Amino acid sequence: MIRDITIGQYYPADSVIHRLDPRVKLLGTLIYIISLFAFHNIASYLIAGLFLAVIIHLSKVPFSYIVKGLKPILFLLLFTVMFNLFLTPGQEFVRVGFIKITLEGIKTAGFMAVRLIFLIIGSSLMTFTTTPNHLTDGLEKGMGPLRKIHVPVHEIAMMMSIALRFIPILLEETDKIMKAQSARGADFETGGLIKKAKSLIPLLVPLFVSAFRRANDLAMAMEARCYRGGEGRTKMKPLAYKKRDWIAYLCFIVYWTLLILAAKIN
Amino acid sequence: MSIILDHVNYIYSQGTAYEKHALQDINLKIEDGEFIGLIGHTGSGKSTLIQHLNGLMKATEGCIYYNGQDIYDSDYNLKELRSKVGLVFQYPEHQLFETSIIKDVKFGPSNLGLPALEVDLRAYEALKQVGIGEDMIDLSPFELSGGQKRRVAIAGVLAMKPEVLILDEPTAGLDPKGRDEILNLVSSLHKENKITVILVSHSMEDVANYVERLIVMDHGKIMFDNEPKKVFTHYKALEQIGLAAPQVTYVMNRLKECGQSVNTEPTTVDEACEEIIRWAKKKGILLT
Repeated sequence: MIRDITIGQYYPADSVIHRLDPRVKLLGTLIYIISLFAFHNIASYLIAGLFLAVIIHLSKVPFSYIVKGLKPILFLLLFTVMFNLFLTPGQEFVRVGFIKITLEGIKTAGFMAVRLIFLIIGSSLMTFTTTPNHLTDGLEKGMGPLRKIHVPVHEIAMMMSIALRFIPILLEETDKIMKAQSARGADFETGGLIKKAKSLIPLLVPLFVSAFRRANDLAMAMEARCYRGGEGRTKMKPLAYKKRDWIAYLCFIVYWTLLILAAKIN
Repeated sequence: MSIILDHVNYIYSQGTAYEKHALQDINLKIEDGEFIGLIGHTGSGKSTLIQHLNGLMKATEGCIYYNGQDIYDSDYNLKELRSKVGLVFQYPEHQLFETSIIKDVKFGPSNLGLPALEVDLRAYEALKQVGIGEDMIDLSPFELSGGQKRRVAIAGVLAMKPEVLILDEPTAGLDPKGRDEILNLVSSLHKENKITVILVSHSMEDVANYVERLIVMDHGKIMFDNEPKKVFTHYKALEQIGLAAPQVTYVMNRLKECGQSVNTEPTTVDEACEEIIRWAKKKGILLT
């Protein structure tokens, strides 16, 4: 069901990862993603996997819940794996008709799959453990220096948090409209491509109308509370690094060092 | 002809932090031609319950029988069930999408695969029932007022000629005039077309004035299931779950507390009026 989409959602729990400063999590996620692309040998993937497992364990987010979030990208994953498996030139492994699988193909396909899975899990862990409000605060403060070169930091952060906040709302709305139209005999599942695309009209038109209505309402509500951009805006709970945040940074340094060592040995 | 719910349970997002036991062991029998009111606080499971009745949601446990047939049977035609059990969601005007009113109303019946002429006839009839004039049928539904949009949306469900009509808070957000129009429409559908009606509502006055049987839900369970008069005698218990009885119930109870010999059963203003006149005559306060 549509409710099952978990990418970008917050998962309430009380864990040390949830309590970390959002800047640590943002930068940490970035470091982790870069590490996945910078190193590609088996040892580094093992380290990355282990690192991820420890964080998942610490975050107290159920593993099954995380795996559920992978479902929507399953198709993309299969597609990537197929391409790498069949189209990588190199030493022949098996051959069925004109399809040829090479040793290099297996290797890159495997690496690619692992890399994609780690990437998705790593970045969704950040949103699972950080509330949209926290995320915005972290982004705004973390990108603060960019304001000097006239990057609209506050606006970007605000837009991002609104977008994130609207994902569950729009999903719920989609669910509701789908049900309402199903109650009128609409069928979203069967039929060919054209029939399926046509059956989406009764869903998409009300959804767009409602998205615009909600955007309008939100703009009104923000104006009614005197929102006028980030200029001179103060925070109720300003972000401040604590001891655990420095320890987290240290963990990332250790992680990166281990990766470099693993690459050297290889 | 009836709907039977047998030990129905429903659990949202089982196995996650969001898990919620929305329906707990619901047993219910809905007979033909009944006019039922369903009340309960926000989150009491009303909306979840009604979505089970036409098969939009599948119970985690338990069975539902429509006219004696198990709707969870693998060969049961759910699409047909949905045409028999018409469900009007909360704010149904949000589901309008077509370029003209008539086209939108036709959406339901044409999904049933009926011949074009039959679809036309049903659409015109449904629009007439809800009081949308023929001069308006080619307008865009988005040009209408809130109350008119809602009536068009209800017509969209009526055009499928349901045997059971379920309305989820049909009067939410309407002004008193719009509210009376909708409720009178529902009431006349029940009387003239012999449709079974289930009305989900927050307003005690609404249900007291119209329904014949009242079901009260709390925390996914059925708390009361009786005639409105009988249910409202438990007004103290209703208050505890965030509901209330109609205002006249309080008036009558207050009179009784003051030592007057009045019957506390009236739930509508007219009934209360009669009862007070009867009492006043007996007391000699009112002579004629």
